[in-house]
Amino acid sequence: MAEAAESPGDPGTATPRPLMRDLKAVGKKFMHVLYPRKSNTLLRDWDLWGPLILCVTLALMLQRGSVDSEKDGGPQFAEVFVIVWFGAVTITLNSKLLGGNISFFQSLCVLGYCILPLTVAMLVCRLVLLAELGPINFMVRLFVVIVMFAWSIVASTAFLADSQPPNRKALAVYPVFLFYFVISWMILTFTPQ
Amino acid sequence: MATPAAPAGGARNGAGSEWGGFEENIQGGGSAVIDMENMDDTSGSSFEDMGELHQRLREEEVDVDAAAAEEEDGEFLGMKGFKGQLSRQVADQMWQAGKRQASRAFSLYANIDILRPYFDVEPAQVRSRLLESMIPIKMVNFPQKIAGELYGPLMLVFTLVAILLHGMKTSDTIIREGTLMGTAIGTCFGYWLGVSSFIYFLAYLCNAQITMLQMLALLGYGLFGHCIVLFITYNIHLHALFYLFWLLVGGLSTLRMVAVLVSRTVGPTQRLLLCGTLATLHMLFLLYLHFAYHKVVEGILDTLEGPNIPPMQRVPRDIPAALPAARLPAIVLNATAKAVVVTLQSH
Repeated sequence: MAEAAESPGDPGTATPRPLMRDLKAVGKKFMHVLYPRKSNTLLRDWDLWGPLILCVTLALMLQRGSVDSEKDGGPQFAEVFVIVWFGAVTITLNSKLLGGNISFFQSLCVLGYCILPLTVAMLVCRLVLLAELGPINFMVRLFVVIVMFAWSIVASTAFLADSQPPNRKALAVYPVFLFYFVISWMILTFTPQ
Repeated sequence: MATPAAPAGGARNGAGSEWGGFEENIQGGGSAVIDMENMDDTSGSSFEDMGELHQRLREEEVDVDAAAAEEEDGEFLGMKGFKGQLSRQVADQMWQAGKRQASRAFSLYANIDILRPYFDVEPAQVRSRLLESMIPIKMVNFPQKIAGELYGPLMLVFTLVAILLHGMKTSDTIIREGTLMGTAIGTCFGYWLGVSSFIYFLAYLCNAQITMLQMLALLGYGLFGHCIVLFITYNIHLHALFYLFWLLVGGLSTLRMVAVLVSRTVGPTQRLLLCGTLATLHMLFLLYLHFAYHKVVEGILDTLEGPNIPPMQRVPRDIPAALPAARLPAIVLNATAKAVVVTLQSH
């Protein structure tokens, strides 16, 4: 892939090639999040495309409000966006202040990518909500959200924990727990109109 | 003509650098003294001094190098180049001065390292401070020590935000999470920062020995009691239980803060004013969070979709219908627990 991008190449395929390379990189990172092992891929070649895609998807799906109602979906999109990005920035600042040797954007990258399980949970909840509402519906959604929440935390801990001093891992992981808890709460309390 | 100037300039430069080196040593020693002095106070100003000193030392090195480079340029061009060089030097100096001021301001205030010492904690320390925040100490003749850290208070404020969000009724009403999120964050941070500033101002009036950082830390750890009470009573809506916890847990954490402030204030009137204000605000905030905050939230919900829940009857609503055979006495569960109970009952 690298040598194909560097060759002069055909004018017709020169433009899509970097796009495919970037998409493949993003997809590879998604796989790393879904099957978290201790690896440096997310940290070494960080990028913010994946977090952006996930955040936009989550914000779009968390919107509701029909065209004819007075509450438009605009502020909800912005609020989700702001919460995700400012939450990630706060956690990054916290882990840097605690003495972690991770760069700002690496940490943003990891936290953004680890929203993937919760986005999957949002999709599943959306599908489950097509059935009739009731306590069973709620229990299913609760179970799915809890499992994905735990998955997100495990994934982000696998990547972030090594950058902290060994005795302070708990201090760095706790705000991550709160961050994903708030996002999970937003997903769980979503009911369509 | 340029050449006799060069050795003189060189000698001057050399002597300047020697003297500059000597000054650096003195400043280095001075900074160590300042550092030790302010360490006990944990006021934090020592770190700003250190940052500024460091910046000044670096700039002096840069200036010495720049001056040496310009000296070499000047002797190369001779007399004619010297006049053009003068105007260039003036422009350069003005630019350097402006750049120096801007970079000093930036490095001073945008430097994250200023906050680093306030986050220098171990998990065991945080745990012990959380537990100690519920234990009032009766030593009032000697100023009690306050840990000047910001990690614990910040995490407690965020936890309080999360608990407030969790306590919202989520069963069958449409909720705009964004507005509730903003209200929760605004309430918690507003309380922590606003009441800390206000009590710090009162402490300044009453001549109490407490810094802003210590006040922030004290009030932040005092929110631990609030977190516990709200977490329990948002899940079990028993009013008597809430009042019991309000008095017991809220009272303990308030007493702890009051004891610390009394130990740092002289004079009965000042003590009464300071501690009375803090106790009132702290206990009333817990009451507000349990009762009136929900009214604010339901006001937001009502304006969005029309009043469908009479606010005062929110608590005992449809409980007899949901639990006909359980015979639980006035315990009211929130939506999550209700769903669980109904599911279990249907089996």
